[in-house]
Amino acid sequence: MEILVCVKRVPDTAENEFELNSAGNDLDRDDLVYSVNEWDNYAVEEAIQIVDNVGGNVTVITVGDDESEEVLRREMAMGANDGILLSDDAFEASDGKGIATILKAEIEKGNYDLIMTGAQADEGAGQVGGMVAAMLDMPYASLVNKIEVGDGKIIVGREIEGGNQEMNEIELPCVLSIQTGINEPRYVGIRGIRKVASVDIPVKGAGDLGIDAGSVGNAGAKTRRVDYFVPDMGDGAEMLEGSTGEIIEKLIEKLKAKGGL
Amino acid sequence: MSSIIGPASFKFFGIFPAAILSFVLPIIGVGVFTYIMARRIAPLVRANPDNRFDQIGQRVKNLVVIWLGQMRQPRYMLAGVLHIMIFAGFLILSIRSTSLVIIGVSDGFVLPGLGGVLGDIYNFVKDYAATLVLVACIIAAVRRGIYKPKRYDVPEKYGHDHTAEAVFVLGIIATLMISESLYEASELAYEFQHTGVEHFLAPLSLVWIFKGMLASASQNLLQGLHIFTYFVHDLTFFFFLCFLPLGKHFHVITSIFNVFFMRVKKGNIKPVMHGVSDDRLDDLESFGVKTLEDFTWKHMLDFYSCADCGRCSDQCPANAVGRPLSPRFITIKARDLIFKNYPFSGEIYKSKLLVEDIYTEDEIWSCTTCGACEEECPLGIEYIDKMVDLRRGMVDEGMVPQSLQKPLKALEKRGNPYGKMEKKRAEWANDKEFKANWQIKDLAKDAADTLYFVDSITSYDDNIQEIARRTSIILNKAGVDFGILGKLEKDSGNEVLRFGEEMLYQDLKAQNTEAILETGVKQIVTADPHAYNALKNDYTGLPPVKHISQVVAEKIAAGELDLKPCQNPDAVYVYHDPCYLGRHNGIYEDPRQALDAIDGLTRVELEKSRDRSFCCGGGGLMLFYEPEEETRMGVLRVNMAAEAGATVIVTACPFCLVNIQDAIKVAGKEGEMEALDFTELIEQHLA
Repeated sequence: MEILVCVKRVPDTAENEFELNSAGNDLDRDDLVYSVNEWDNYAVEEAIQIVDNVGGNVTVITVGDDESEEVLRREMAMGANDGILLSDDAFEASDGKGIATILKAEIEKGNYDLIMTGAQADEGAGQVGGMVAAMLDMPYASLVNKIEVGDGKIIVGREIEGGNQEMNEIELPCVLSIQTGINEPRYVGIRGIRKVASVDIPVKGAGDLGIDAGSVGNAGAKTRRVDYFVPDMGDGAEMLEGSTGEIIEKLIEKLKAKGGL
Repeated sequence: MSSIIGPASFKFFGIFPAAILSFVLPIIGVGVFTYIMARRIAPLVRANPDNRFDQIGQRVKNLVVIWLGQMRQPRYMLAGVLHIMIFAGFLILSIRSTSLVIIGVSDGFVLPGLGGVLGDIYNFVKDYAATLVLVACIIAAVRRGIYKPKRYDVPEKYGHDHTAEAVFVLGIIATLMISESLYEASELAYEFQHTGVEHFLAPLSLVWIFKGMLASASQNLLQGLHIFTYFVHDLTFFFFLCFLPLGKHFHVITSIFNVFFMRVKKGNIKPVMHGVSDDRLDDLESFGVKTLEDFTWKHMLDFYSCADCGRCSDQCPANAVGRPLSPRFITIKARDLIFKNYPFSGEIYKSKLLVEDIYTEDEIWSCTTCGACEEECPLGIEYIDKMVDLRRGMVDEGMVPQSLQKPLKALEKRGNPYGKMEKKRAEWANDKEFKANWQIKDLAKDAADTLYFVDSITSYDDNIQEIARRTSIILNKAGVDFGILGKLEKDSGNEVLRFGEEMLYQDLKAQNTEAILETGVKQIVTADPHAYNALKNDYTGLPPVKHISQVVAEKIAAGELDLKPCQNPDAVYVYHDPCYLGRHNGIYEDPRQALDAIDGLTRVELEKSRDRSFCCGGGGLMLFYEPEEETRMGVLRVNMAAEAGATVIVTACPFCLVNIQDAIKVAGKEGEMEALDFTELIEQHLA
């Protein structure tokens, strides 16, 4: 089975303290460390497991700048066979539809049976997978937490509100957005990344993909960020401050005072 | 007939020479034994290399103390003394057994040098030796067969019980002792009946007793018994020889080699591959132990040498809390696999991935590398390096639990397992009250003689940062000119190495080494035994490293640090030895001396202390691992301290402090007991 997994390089939530930049339009990105989007990592693990079972190839793809190559290498160290970096100045500041347009152009050049994305990434929109499916006119299942491979089709599981599980049959080729917890992604160490350090990763720009530069990037964006801020504290909300110990003590005091303990 | 006929001249039914039998038996015995040994050596030849021919002086010393002197045996008194009796008996009787084999073809053979007085002395000693061995065997058999000490139990998941084999071998040994004594007694009784010459015999020895019993036996009976017991001994002897390599009694043969080749340096970890330097690690195709033959030949010899005494598992804290790890079965399962994969005839089977075949992932992650097992093993069997090698293999295969992946990734990205920002590494020094009184030098800007290596937990954990501040105050008052690396410091990587992430460890080591050498300091001090161990034993080319307890003990002895009388004279203090300070680095006395320098401080000792200290639960990455266990190691430790009558547990390790503080709460002893870091206690008492 030919599987393509779309991945994204994002600021790592576990290893960063997020603050707004001085302009107030984005995170302060000076001291951030990046890694592969957590959901995408589960998708790649799932793809590798499927290929381990039924044979085939896993390709990882990302839209981003030169630095995005590191996440492709990490996923290749994990076991993905190939990587493709879609990078062009014209791609910068694309909105979700722009990203989907870029991905679609490359996907059409290949012959993939299964396309996976993470359910969402750092910005939480969760829109690219669905858009890619629509643009390619392929069936789509979102928030998938289980995959059983059959002949010419697959059965995918989705967790439904209240802890129920739904199973759907879906025809190939199709697009899936993968939920965390679908598997336990394997560890990728420094040694693994070094092993794939010299593997060639093709870089493709708008020209290679035959995309009109005006349809993507800032020029093609139909949605634009107009503001970015930490919301004012609402009524009844209170931020406890201090060391962890102090915060816990204050919390316990408050719980006791309000009769919660 | 003047004297009894020996096996060399005796003829069965008057025609068949017994000498043929006593000539053929040793040839068959030695032949079979040689064949078995050749098959047993096969896996060692295919195993990975290991340089064990260094430090010969230390190795000879180990041989004298641990093998010949059996110094580790009395740590378990009854079993140890019984073993010493049997071991000494074997050594003494090996001479007798050798001569007996030759007597089978040459009547009255005496080994050169044992003809005269020396021979009489030897006979006197060996008669008692045989007697004592028999007594030891009987006690041991009763102990194993009837009282069945718990540490010999074989839980169902680890296979069948080993009692039958143990008792069977005790039976063989007893047979050897009895037959040898009867052989001699029958001859002496015969001779006495004939000539009236009374040989002096060791009173109450087996021979002495048997001779008395046979005093009035008929000559025919004595002659028959003489030949019969000779061949019983001969047959049993060669059967035993060939039986040894088939199970746990292989140690009778391998122990001398295993002890000679045992670990001589403490606290360190074996290289990924002996003979491959750190800068060539990228050339290796595979890392660590994945299949049987990935073990080094010494580690394979360890598997052969295990006597199944269960002391390792009896001391193992992971085993004590019900984690799925029992070091004894790490060895036994590997030995069973070697026996299965290397049969006595036919093809050698290919080994599967060990962590899927004979071990489980949780089993291998359960080890805290505390070293209690290695400290105890009378045969010098190693475990830590094997655990690390198996983990290297798992890391290479991507088999790392999710709970450990996050801290490992954070270490890669930020140099600490918490994923905190590098620039906040020295934030502990910004505590308002502290900052008002003390300035900490940043060695990136200022020079100093001494580097205080803080390490991650002390830098970032809100609660543990107190150790950094107290250490700084102590160093200041002791007149030590010191500074810190600040954001240039990375995690020491003690656990990164021990959890098998070799390349990440190499990376951390390189960054720290560069930063430390850049400062030009003359010595390094740390309050974290894990950092102490890594910098001292794993890193190379650094200035000397000291733990804060060593500095304090030195400064007190030199009169440069004065301590006030005990602030809390009603409390009963107990010192808990951190594994990486005590067992791995031999620092037992310095912290105790420092505590005892506080006037009026009442200090008790734990039963399990010094080299038998019980791990609190492990440090570094072990804090992130989520093991299957019935209780926490810390809880057991806190209960031990309570039993010792202590109200304050003093430790000298930030991880011990975290684990013991938590355990006091879990054990429901909050208010009754308290955990205190060494630096806190000392700082409170600075004059």
